[in-house]
Amino acid sequence: MEANPAETTGMVVLQAESEIAAINMVYGGAGCGKKVMTTSSSPGISLMQEGITYIAGAELPCLIVNIVRGGPGLGTIQPAQSDYFQAVKGGGHGDYHLIVLAPASVQEMADFVELGFELAFRYRNPVMMLSDGALGQMMEKVYLNPQKERSGISPDWATTGKPPGRERNIITSLELDSAKQELFNLKLIEKYNEIREKEVRFEEYQCEDAEYLFVAYGTSARICQKSVQLARNEGIRAGLLRPVTLFPFPEKQISRLAEKVKIILSVEMSAGQMIEDVILAVGGKVPVFHFGRMGGMVQTPEEVLDFLKLKIKEA
Amino acid sequence: MAEVTGIKDYIRPENLVYSKTRLMTDNVLHYCPGCGHSTAHRILAEIIDEEGLQQDAIGISPVGCSVFLYNYIDIDWQEAAHGRAPALATAIKRLCPDKFVFTYQGDGDLAAIGTSETIHSCNRGENFLIIFINNGIYGMTGGQMAPTTIPGMKSSTSPYGRDTVRMGFPLKITDIVATLPGTYYVSRQSVHTALNVRRAKRALKKAVQYQSLNRGTCFVEIVSNCPAGWKMTPVEANKWLEENMLPYYPLGDLKVPQPEKDLNPGSTD
Repeated sequence: MEANPAETTGMVVLQAESEIAAINMVYGGAGCGKKVMTTSSSPGISLMQEGITYIAGAELPCLIVNIVRGGPGLGTIQPAQSDYFQAVKGGGHGDYHLIVLAPASVQEMADFVELGFELAFRYRNPVMMLSDGALGQMMEKVYLNPQKERSGISPDWATTGKPPGRERNIITSLELDSAKQELFNLKLIEKYNEIREKEVRFEEYQCEDAEYLFVAYGTSARICQKSVQLARNEGIRAGLLRPVTLFPFPEKQISRLAEKVKIILSVEMSAGQMIEDVILAVGGKVPVFHFGRMGGMVQTPEEVLDFLKLKIKEA
Repeated sequence: MAEVTGIKDYIRPENLVYSKTRLMTDNVLHYCPGCGHSTAHRILAEIIDEEGLQQDAIGISPVGCSVFLYNYIDIDWQEAAHGRAPALATAIKRLCPDKFVFTYQGDGDLAAIGTSETIHSCNRGENFLIIFINNGIYGMTGGQMAPTTIPGMKSSTSPYGRDTVRMGFPLKITDIVATLPGTYYVSRQSVHTALNVRRAKRALKKAVQYQSLNRGTCFVEIVSNCPAGWKMTPVEANKWLEENMLPYYPLGDLKVPQPEKDLNPGSTD
């Protein structure tokens, strides 16, 4: 076995007694200005929600990876995309957003760690990588970028011990004065709007002449890419828009594509969650339908295409 | 005939016998009159100053009456969710091993919602200090029964007194952590008399010094009062504490390093 990275790199790896402890360890480490992350699968991420809203409220940077499995409850251990609402719409209490990255390959799973930390520190905001049980267990060739040199400089807000001449740093999400809390909420809104403005990431596949559009992320996007190829083999001009960021959501791009396509399918391994954001973006311009399997079942490219053909026929 | 002297004539450096604790900020303490938190805060601030730890200290304040502890002592702070302070402290100390890290938690925070974090960080022997204020009641939320409410003790949710058949027994969590191999020094003190304040300060100072050795978790319980929650005057509360709390939570060291040769903390009496 390779040299222990905890000894060779100075990183700290710790198995927590629970997800609740894990996310609060992340809070503590992030409060010291360190790059900290944790990962779990759906039920464990539910346990972390209190910690995540505290981290958002204290404006701390960190990375949380959710390898989504089917639910609700204990559900199944097979892949699903049914934690979209939780990741994108809040999950914990209060008005906050995570920056949500949706990888669709093992390469992106690796790349988004660095990207996630970059965004987390840029905006002092928790970032979630929303993956799924298929990507989480997939084997693919991956190129690992060389690690960047650590700066060793702590951000000025971090709790590192108060040197003489600086005010004490306090990491907290508590503000009992409603007027001040509202100002803080407004500040958060401003931050989220800046993120909406600058950080939308997406990928288009065969959208230029598309008459029918799939919107899908993660594993479902990989599947839909194949569906596009199958459709085009049959002369059906399909295309795929893959949101890479789920918050911020590529609403402008979807809205623009809605001007020229006839039908949009939101394909997700859930009962239909992202479709709500697609419908909002489309604004009633064209019909939007959901298609996807649940409970750990994964739709095939053929099933997706069959559903599209059915909707074309019904139209 | 001697000149009449005013109070200002006595305010001279050579007459100074007491001054405001240097590390206490100018923020007005929000505690009820007679509450033990203020005293515990002061001795903690004194010790941090005396040990020269202001630059190295990172404190974690809890949820409960002492949630605003970060407003009162002039060091870096993190404010934890209810019960999670030891999880924060674990990461802070492991990522900043040369810092002095401590949590300050009440009984609801440490011994109810945070029992798991308390026990597991003590069991891992995390190198931080836990200061545990036990007044047997949820003071901030209206005097509900706490995990440490003693048998027969009245609270807003045990108005006829804690009935152990229906409500279970108080959790002697300090005794539990003393049995764990990860703890290095465990002590129970109180701050209800001047003598006890001195003893508590001595124990807390010892804990802070032991902590610098990084040989495990140090844990100091301070049996405290809650005049408002107990519905007593401060004097009555301290008397009640002595007559009822202390027989159930006897004071003294529960675990000392064996053999105790690492340090010679000296007396502060």
